[in-house]
Amino acid sequence: MISRTRRLLMEITGIISALVIFGIPFYFIINSAAKNPREASLMKMSAPEQFLLLDNIKEVLSTDKGVVLTAFKNSIMITLFSLLVLVLFCSMAGYVAQRRIGKATPVINFFILTGLILPPAIVPTIWLLMSLGIFKTMFSMVMIEVALSMSFSTLIYKGFMATIPREIDEAAIVDGSSSFRLYFQIIFPLLKPTTATIIVLSSVNIFNDFVNPLYFFPGKKNVTIQLTLYNFISKYHSNWNLLFADVVIITIPMLILFIFFNRKIIAGMSAGAIKA
Amino acid sequence: MIKQMKNYYSYLFLLPAGLVFTIFFLIPAISSLFFSLTRWTLTDWTYIGLENFRMFFSEDSLRIGFQNTFLYAFLTCGLKVVFGLALGVYLTSEIRTKNYLRAVVFFPNLISTIAVGITFNSLMHPSKGAINRGLMFIGITGPDWLGNTKLALLSVINVDVWKGVGIATVIFIAGISSIPTQYYEALSIDGGNRFDKFRHITLPLVRPAMNSVIILALIGGLRTFDLIWSMTKGGPGFTTDLLASIIYKQYSSGFFGLSTAGNVFLFILVSVIAFPIYKYLNSREVDL
Repeated sequence: MISRTRRLLMEITGIISALVIFGIPFYFIINSAAKNPREASLMKMSAPEQFLLLDNIKEVLSTDKGVVLTAFKNSIMITLFSLLVLVLFCSMAGYVAQRRIGKATPVINFFILTGLILPPAIVPTIWLLMSLGIFKTMFSMVMIEVALSMSFSTLIYKGFMATIPREIDEAAIVDGSSSFRLYFQIIFPLLKPTTATIIVLSSVNIFNDFVNPLYFFPGKKNVTIQLTLYNFISKYHSNWNLLFADVVIITIPMLILFIFFNRKIIAGMSAGAIKA
Repeated sequence: MIKQMKNYYSYLFLLPAGLVFTIFFLIPAISSLFFSLTRWTLTDWTYIGLENFRMFFSEDSLRIGFQNTFLYAFLTCGLKVVFGLALGVYLTSEIRTKNYLRAVVFFPNLISTIAVGITFNSLMHPSKGAINRGLMFIGITGPDWLGNTKLALLSVINVDVWKGVGIATVIFIAGISSIPTQYYEALSIDGGNRFDKFRHITLPLVRPAMNSVIILALIGGLRTFDLIWSMTKGGPGFTTDLLASIIYKQYSSGFFGLSTAGNVFLFILVSVIAFPIYKYLNSREVDL
């Protein structure tokens, strides 16, 4: 349809702009992370005299008795526990919210919309956690991450439930299945594609979360990966190479995730957003 | 059958989610309405009426947060719609590199906001940063992107768009891909050109996708915190403070009541903007 030269021109423009707009920042991150401190502070684009990426990463990992590793462990635990609770609770909620249309439906929809739109109330949440005696614990951090991602996940499960025919439920009931067996043995396995989407999306969001751990998970022992990066901004103000080495370290898990689940992530994000 | 089915879809299934949501989201949100009317030390409070809210309007350093939050939300939203749509159209056209380019445009979404902030802080460095060096190369002296009071907020807005345009793009791609090709063929037969196709088919039929982008970008923009915090901390002075960064600043200086009042303002602002837009946009969708 479009002439050949024109198409070629379009492709070249696209690739060049992508390289400039998106490529340069990435190149800059890795390049700076591989330099020595003096070179990195010049912020030049030129290649490093010596490629010190691994040395810099080692140095970051050994900083403050391995605070980055502790942070990694915390972030991964928060992410895993949150995912577990999120998948279990939201799939159940989405299931009944879609199947049972009744007086509760508008209330449920209103809560989902509220959770999607409103930000959390910061200080009152801290006050509540303190009154319950669970402030600065991993349990409360997990619960908050769950509460804040809940509306979105429930909405996606609810949307996907609509594509599962009710005849399946009826057949199971006729065969004498109990209500819990119907859900856990029949419905939940059918929700697998949505579960995969939610796992991928929520792990990105929770792993990269900075604001909530900043407020609800303070303290020396409770560091998360984003908090350490933030603290390193002032700690490493003259060692840009180490700061960028830390950026590289915390981006690697996301990069791996992206390489394997590229299509899943993109499809999930757009599908989720359109349903929302 | 349907009546009996109710027993199987027990509301008990809603209980775990409902409990977590109520305790960790609803109760704090509702109690914020009360605590915003107090001088609060977390253990003790004194009722002071609307004093906190009055303070927000009388202090310049707080009032500026409103303006900036509005500007930030609407500008990022507008830019994401424009660039997202342009990229969406481009990446659904007949080019061979589209899968690769899609991945490239999308990847910044997966990088933590703090890391993006750090990177652009150094790219935007007034004398050593890559952006100003590039400008110098073509003979322009670049401004101090983050130090100039008039420019700083706009610079952060641009970084936000850089990071977030990928998600807008994939939503537009999904929307454009769902438009039946017969429509375009019919227009070609009638002699329409590429501009007509965009104006009369793509634009109206991509409406639902655009609505999603607008809502997501507005909600995200209104409550944004981490990017501004990692790039300017609200500075220089208070010129780039947003409501969310004011909430944090008041909180860390121990003004818990004032911080909560800011939070309530944010609730009101988000509800007043997002709920009606949500209703309005959803009522105007063009069905395929």
